[in-house]
Amino acid sequence: MPTATAPLDRFSLPDAGGHFGPYGGVFVPETLVTALQELGAAYDVARMDPVFQAELRHHLKEFAGRPTQLYFAERLTKHCGGAKIYLKREDLLHTGAHKINNALGQALLARRMGKRRIIAETGAGQHGVATAAVCAKFDFECVIYMGAVDMERQALNVFRMRLMGAEVRGVEAGQQTLKEAINEAMRDWVTNVRSTHYILGTAYGSHPYPMMVRDFHRVIGQEAKEQILAREGRLPDELIACVGGGSNAIGLFFEFLEEPGVRMTGVEAGGHGIKRGEHAARFAGGRLGVLQGCKTFLLQDAEGQIEPTHSVSAGLDYAAVGPEHAFYRDRGRINFAYATDDEVLEAFQLCSRLEGIIPALESTHALVEGLKRAKVLAPDQVIIVNLSGRGDKDVQQVAKILGVKL
Amino acid sequence: MSRLAQIFARTRAENRAAFVAYVCAGDPDFETSVAGCRALLASGVDLLELGVPFSDPLADGLTNQLAAQRALESGMTAARVGELVRRIREFSDAPIIFYTYYNLIFANGVDAYVRAAKTAGVDGILALDLPPEEAGEFIAACRAHGVDTVFIIAPTTPDARIPKIAAATTGFLYYASREGVTGVRDQVAANIPEAIARIRVHTKLPIAVGFGIGSRAQVAQVAATADGVVVGSALVNCVRSNLADRAKIAPALAAKAADLSAGVKRS
Ligand SMILES: Cc1ncc(COP(=O)(O)O)c(C=O)c1O
Repeated sequence: MPTATAPLDRFSLPDAGGHFGPYGGVFVPETLVTALQELGAAYDVARMDPVFQAELRHHLKEFAGRPTQLYFAERLTKHCGGAKIYLKREDLLHTGAHKINNALGQALLARRMGKRRIIAETGAGQHGVATAAVCAKFDFECVIYMGAVDMERQALNVFRMRLMGAEVRGVEAGQQTLKEAINEAMRDWVTNVRSTHYILGTAYGSHPYPMMVRDFHRVIGQEAKEQILAREGRLPDELIACVGGGSNAIGLFFEFLEEPGVRMTGVEAGGHGIKRGEHAARFAGGRLGVLQGCKTFLLQDAEGQIEPTHSVSAGLDYAAVGPEHAFYRDRGRINFAYATDDEVLEAFQLCSRLEGIIPALESTHALVEGLKRAKVLAPDQVIIVNLSGRGDKDVQQVAKILGVKL
Repeated sequence: MSRLAQIFARTRAENRAAFVAYVCAGDPDFETSVAGCRALLASGVDLLELGVPFSDPLADGLTNQLAAQRALESGMTAARVGELVRRIREFSDAPIIFYTYYNLIFANGVDAYVRAAKTAGVDGILALDLPPEEAGEFIAACRAHGVDTVFIIAPTTPDARIPKIAAATTGFLYYASREGVTGVRDQVAANIPEAIARIRVHTKLPIAVGFGIGSRAQVAQVAATADGVVVGSALVNCVRSNLADRAKIAPALAAKAADLSAGVKRS
């Protein structure tokens, strides 16, 4: 990929139309265009408003449990025999993943906009659980769309959402996973747009979502930067995060984009390997297209029909990737790799056994790459892996795959 | 004059609205779809809106989602959709527009897609998830190949935005009469006449109204003020309810279209 020569200015993107170079934009039915413009305008006011920001900081601390630790994974480091591995512990947040950062931000915004009803899609269930929690807290009506296949493999999260008062609607169309849940959430939004705010759960979709979701997760990288400077007295050599739509990754990376010494890698789902329908590595097997609101890399067939995907982790099992990632990949600023299901299952067990930390299957994709990189880097080098979520939701599924009867 | 301009000139002269029928291309299979289109065009349909089946039709309700799924499962591809149009052109000169999603246009080059559509006999294209702001390349290709560009105005569209949409549009404007996805409703939206008046302030383009219209009375109600009335899911339901005996689909479509299209005459 060509490396552009213009100096990188991370705040210059997206443009007013939501474009990150050739990616992003607003590709939605006309009914939603005005709602998106209103959302963008409300967000523009909120993000410059110290009252809004103070309120958000308050809830991130009191409700979500920020800041999260930057934890030195001593035994994993020793196991690899190379660079120091630090884990950014987003798994310690309330509801179990980074998703709560964005859910809180958007809920506060929805309240400002006078919306009383919230909808969301969810894959792994983590975004659904985070949304259900903030809806309980702020007294919103809450409807979560979830693919029927995901409801089965993430049954615990379905029950969590219902306990917190959300209505979970199963989606039976197509592959019955995240993409279909987003389709159904968008249909709901088109129908109820005047009363409803859609809390999209990743740095994806139509402007202003990719930018707004990114901003709500920037706190991850801001904290990590401060923490690593305090701990090591210098910046890390590498940052590694898994990429579904791309929210935990851009949240960690954003603060470091203009630090040329910091290498960044996003890790996609390699599933059973890069064969049609067997993975969700958009940069390995995809090409430019338009889906669910934006222009970006997609897994699609020769005619533009969206291809089925597979990943052991529901949260990465998606045919498209956030437009900002596509942009920084072209610039050579963010690298992309993938981890296969088998590698993930092995690292899931390794991390549990060596560190006493059970990572989410999504986050374990980042860990796989982190372990590989640690082995080739020197002991005085530093890697930060974003541990975007905890694996409690996954233990049943992993037990089933490993043939363990519970 | 384009076929779209001609049909609206004619229906205006006849003091009626144009009857626009939506079906999904290749639903439930190629030959049944050809027969269905033939039946529709012989039963009062002025303008055919062909849904090009897409894997992720996020602006469509269940009826049209299932139609797209049936069509794709029966092997519809871009090439087969083109063939379907060519077959229709063997027996009909009625205007045909594609109703589709942008990725299918974009995936292999916008210009090539539009050129192929034109060659097959398509008169216009409506891409549901393509607002005018993102449509520069699409509009340029359509102008270059003489294909009309149909855009949607929604109830949520503010007045200030209407001129921008009208400027991007040729052929006719499509007013989606309610918030929501496609599908039959018990009642048509109450404020259609006001909405049409609101749009006419900004444009002389014909205005067709769709979304949720499924009975002759509803057609008549809308035809009183609109230049065109679009019926989709009510026709697709004729396909859906006759899947067990596909030979019945074309006659069912003919009967339904004959009934509904009687509503377009203004008294
Ligand atoms: C723990 C966890 N990490 C990562 C993801 C992937 O999303 P994103 O790429 O937006 O961070 C999910 C999505 O469900 C998740 O639950």
